[in-house]
Amino acid sequence: MAANILVYIDHFQGQAGQSSWEAVGAARSLAQALGGEVTALVAAADGSALAAQAIQHGADRALVSDDPALAEYRAEPYASTVAKMARHAGGSALLFPTTGRTRELAGMVAVDLETGVTPDAIALEVKDGSVLATRPIYAGKLLTKEACLGRLHVLTLRARAFPKPEPSAGKSGPIENVPADVGAPAPEVLGYKATGGGVSLTDAGVIVSGGRGVSNNPKLTPPAEITDEKQKEVWRAQQGFVLVRDLASALGAAVGASRAAVDAGYIPYAHQVGQTGKVVSPDLYIACGISGAIQHLAGMRTSKTIVAVNKDPEAPIFRVARFGIVGDLFEVLPALTKAFKAKLGK
Amino acid sequence: MNIVVCVKQTPDTAATVTVQDGKVSWGDAPLVLNPWDEFAVEQALRTKEAHGGKVTAVSLGAEGAKEALKQALAMGCDEAVLISDPAFASADSLVVSAALAAAIGKLGEVDLAFFGRQAVDSDTGVTGAQVARRLGWPSLSLVAAVRALDPGAKSIEVERMLEEGRQEVRSRLPAVISVTKELNEPRYPSFMGIRKASKAVIPVWSAADLGMAAVPAPALTWPEVISPPKVDTQCEVIQGDTIEAIADKLVTRLLEEKVL
Ligand SMILES: Cc1cc2nc3c(=O)[nH]c(=O)nc-3n(C[C@H](O)[C@H](O)[C@H](O)COP(=O)(O)OP(=O)(O)OC[C@H]3O[C@@H](n4cnc5c(N)ncnc54)[C@H](O)[C@@H]3O)c2cc1C
Ligand SMILES: Nc1ncnc2c1ncn2[C@@H]1O[C@H](COP(=O)(O)O)[C@@H](O)[C@H]1O
Repeated sequence: MAANILVYIDHFQGQAGQSSWEAVGAARSLAQALGGEVTALVAAADGSALAAQAIQHGADRALVSDDPALAEYRAEPYASTVAKMARHAGGSALLFPTTGRTRELAGMVAVDLETGVTPDAIALEVKDGSVLATRPIYAGKLLTKEACLGRLHVLTLRARAFPKPEPSAGKSGPIENVPADVGAPAPEVLGYKATGGGVSLTDAGVIVSGGRGVSNNPKLTPPAEITDEKQKEVWRAQQGFVLVRDLASALGAAVGASRAAVDAGYIPYAHQVGQTGKVVSPDLYIACGISGAIQHLAGMRTSKTIVAVNKDPEAPIFRVARFGIVGDLFEVLPALTKAFKAKLGK
Repeated sequence: MNIVVCVKQTPDTAATVTVQDGKVSWGDAPLVLNPWDEFAVEQALRTKEAHGGKVTAVSLGAEGAKEALKQALAMGCDEAVLISDPAFASADSLVVSAALAAAIGKLGEVDLAFFGRQAVDSDTGVTGAQVARRLGWPSLSLVAAVRALDPGAKSIEVERMLEEGRQEVRSRLPAVISVTKELNEPRYPSFMGIRKASKAVIPVWSAADLGMAAVPAPALTWPEVISPPKVDTQCEVIQGDTIEAIADKLVTRLLEEKVL
């Protein structure tokens, strides 16, 4: 039992993101090293499809708690239910994918189980028969290795830090029902306001980001009715972001931004990459008009390949970039969009 | 309303942080109020300004953490408490959350406890939710807007930032709120505030004062802290006669290196 690895399937209204499957893959590797099995934990209004998917992605079996009270995500009933399933299954580690929901969820489950929680791990190994997790601290300036000896180790795993396993369609396994525990007082969900949708930043394989530089095109003349200087700048930035978006859509990429761009009102905060925004590690990160401040680097430094477009050859972003183009993004981006479209056959 | 805000003292985010023989050092960079907690303090103050009551800032840390509490006082908090005890020296979030929950319990009938999104040193981002869990209060995390607050009816409505959109929820009080930077623009301390804070006497509570006769051992151990492996990226600056030629060449290089 102790060698068992538990993995929580994070989902939004029954749809799991790819980071959940990455977590199943990571659980599989740990279980292999420890000689145990992988149990997926599903809490949902109706979790049967998620349980089947988890097994196809590599779990040996699944525990499912179905309850109408779990239709909308709320930390309290989810935490009680997951803690209950974890006690029922037993094991040495409980993995969550890192998402907006799971930091609090993992923390609460850890309190219920009186155990340690390691958020946002980027690597896992087995040492002396237990899990040793690596995670960034001080915004990635250092890495710490954490262990939780003799207790169930609760962890969340950074998206895209672990390979996503290919599902095998034919695979099936036992699914056991565990009654949910939804007694704890919890907030009531009134609804959702969309924040623009599009590709999820943390799951994206390619990200194109814009910084303060996207507003810097003196050649563009704002419409006469905009008289306020600040509004003129925002208008210019919006034209710049059209170019960023065009490039992103040619690449099927998500759109990111620096804090300077967000604070200046060019684009909503949900797009911010960096220490106080989202931490991303795509295969390709294209930074346009971003200087490369340390707080921005904290959010994207682990990208596999970084491309910088900046008119200042001395900009620090070039120190972390694999490829650089020194030039005006208002000229470079349209040319790049065209070149990508031509070469990628779109 | 009886409002609490939990704040941590952290090294400045611009600090160069290094590790030597397992010991973390940030050189002579200043220690500051955790930047996320400024948003928590601001929201606590706005709540008090709208509904009356008092705001108490609470920090767990060494004696020096009083400086972070003074910053909170200078911004306008009414009172501050430092939780300090050698027994907390190697505390993990499990232990910190137990101590903060106990402190909130000791502060009487608290209506709202504010937290930052995460501490910029440990980058944990779980303490608020863990304290809520210990207190048995609802946890409202990643709050980007407070839409309504009715202290009489003990009810609050907020918007939370999830990847899929903003989740709008209604909760009863007392509750824990952890904030994002969408919520407000933190104020600067006033001159009067700074003067008042510099004279403030901040009480220190030990584990025993919190009724924690035996401080639980941390669940986590940190066998190793390391500097991230240096990746020596040589930037290849793409050159060409025209913008089109440069763009073409970049795409070709990305395809050659199998980035795409
Ligand atoms: C506590 C704290 C937290 C922070 N968190 C974050 C965070 O999460 N994310 C973040 O990004 N920042 C964060 N910052 C802010 C950070 O320090 C920088 O201020 C910010 O990243 C700068 O954004 P920028 O690169 O877009 O702007 P700038 O630094 O102004 O850079 C603009 C760049 O655009 C280039 N440029 C201008 N015009 C053009 C053009 N036409 N074509 C091409 N290039 C052009 C310029 O050469 C320059 O390099 C934080 C700061 C603090 C103190
Ligand atoms: N030692 C501490 N003392 C007081 N508050 C803390 C402490 N550690 C964390 N917090 C609060 O919990 C939030 C999240 O911190 P963390 O979970 O450590 O990333 C911080 O923004 C603070 O509001």
